Amino acid sequence: MIGSVVIVGASIAGMHAAHTLRTEGYDGDITVVDADANTPYDRPPLSKQVLAGTWDAERITLPAAKADLGLRYLLGRRAMGLDMADRFVRLDGGEHIGYDGLVIATGAAARWLPGAPMLEGVHVLRNLDDCLGLRAELDDRPSRVVVVGAGFIGAEVAATCRGLGLEVTMIEGADVPLERALGSDVGGVMAEIHREEGVDLRLGVGVVGLDGSHRVEAVRLDDGSVIEAEVVVVGIGVTPNTGWLEGSGLEIDNGVVVDDTLCAAPGVVVAGDIARWPSTRYGELLRVEHWETAIQMGEAAARRLLADHHGREPATFDPVPWFWSDQYDRKIQLAGRSSADDDLEVVIGSLDERRFVALYGRAGRVAGVLGMNRPRHVMQLRPLVEERVAWAEGLATARGLA
Amino acid sequence: MRVVVDYDLCESNAICMGIVPEVFEVRDDDFLYVLNETPPDELRAKVEEAMNRCPKQAISLAEE
Repeated sequence: MIGSVVIVGASIAGMHAAHTLRTEGYDGDITVVDADANTPYDRPPLSKQVLAGTWDAERITLPAAKADLGLRYLLGRRAMGLDMADRFVRLDGGEHIGYDGLVIATGAAARWLPGAPMLEGVHVLRNLDDCLGLRAELDDRPSRVVVVGAGFIGAEVAATCRGLGLEVTMIEGADVPLERALGSDVGGVMAEIHREEGVDLRLGVGVVGLDGSHRVEAVRLDDGSVIEAEVVVVGIGVTPNTGWLEGSGLEIDNGVVVDDTLCAAPGVVVAGDIARWPSTRYGELLRVEHWETAIQMGEAAARRLLADHHGREPATFDPVPWFWSDQYDRKIQLAGRSSADDDLEVVIGSLDERRFVALYGRAGRVAGVLGMNRPRHVMQLRPLVEERVAWAEGLATARGLA
Repeated sequence: MRVVVDYDLCESNAICMGIVPEVFEVRDDDFLYVLNETPPDELRAKVEEAMNRCPKQAISLAEE
């Protein structure tokens, strides 16, 4: 019998787990722990509306945090260790929080520039405090913002800064933005869009140093360039927050490895950016950093805990990953997966029009559907990924929609 | 139940259409159209899921 559930991580995966526990009829204790002291909130607007200042922080409070779910919150408290034998989580300060069921949803942390000095004006963007600190500096109208990394976070920050009328230089090590994720054809379109929007885009270069004694003054690149800047935003990826789980007995390998029901150990489930699960659809372990997937995982993790409680067969977790990014007036959506190694075929519209749908193929099947300003078609073609349709058939179906 | 969409928030992500196409349709003009503002009760669970899944929280339900 489950009488107490502890959820470590109060972002969307953890909060959806809490909500699902209640809607599925669990009325025992639920304790939610998070090192972030803010009322649980939604992350995607942190690189868009909240950063731009068009939305206040209150607007992104998660619905589950506003609902009356009878949760005990321990916010601003950090989980330091896990003892699965005696079933407790150890917090900073030494306190032990016992559990019958545990949801691990501690997500991931933004990477800083390796070896760079800690100067004022250098930011990562992961949580609300990061966002508000950066927003305050943007309000001072810096003469130039340097964004390191042209991935999704970097690109959205650059777009938001351009929307504010700020000068932006964006630095990317690959030949085009998002090359590894989307391939060089689509990446090439992204590069053009950034440049047309007035971003000074530097490709194929890396940062070798930051100048400044107290506050950043310039960024040095490996091609010898020196870019003067008062604000630097580092968007070079995240690492899963698994440090607190070292020595716990869980399998830690680029996240916490779980089975196909999101279970890592008896009474322990994992959800969100930290989870690495075996996908039957893709035949390998996946860890994704997608909003919708985190929600689906939070819900599935809660049901997994209750499956034992209710004596039900646990369900397999293998949804089609779903991702979107809003940059300037473009909406990019991806159903499934994509990589530079996949076959790529534009099936509706064209890259030049900046309005298209492309299919990604791997091992003879449709692996992903990518759309730019084509939401209807992406949604209609998602079943190609769900059903692992053969490549030729997928192309024919997609072209038939055009 | 009555489906209410805040079109200032809606960005046509089309997640709602994927969950309950009987009620939500994003057309070729990229706009969202609510096909049935008062869907039958057997669609309630799906409409609520669409409401929760909307990345912009643009959907709400009014009970009448």
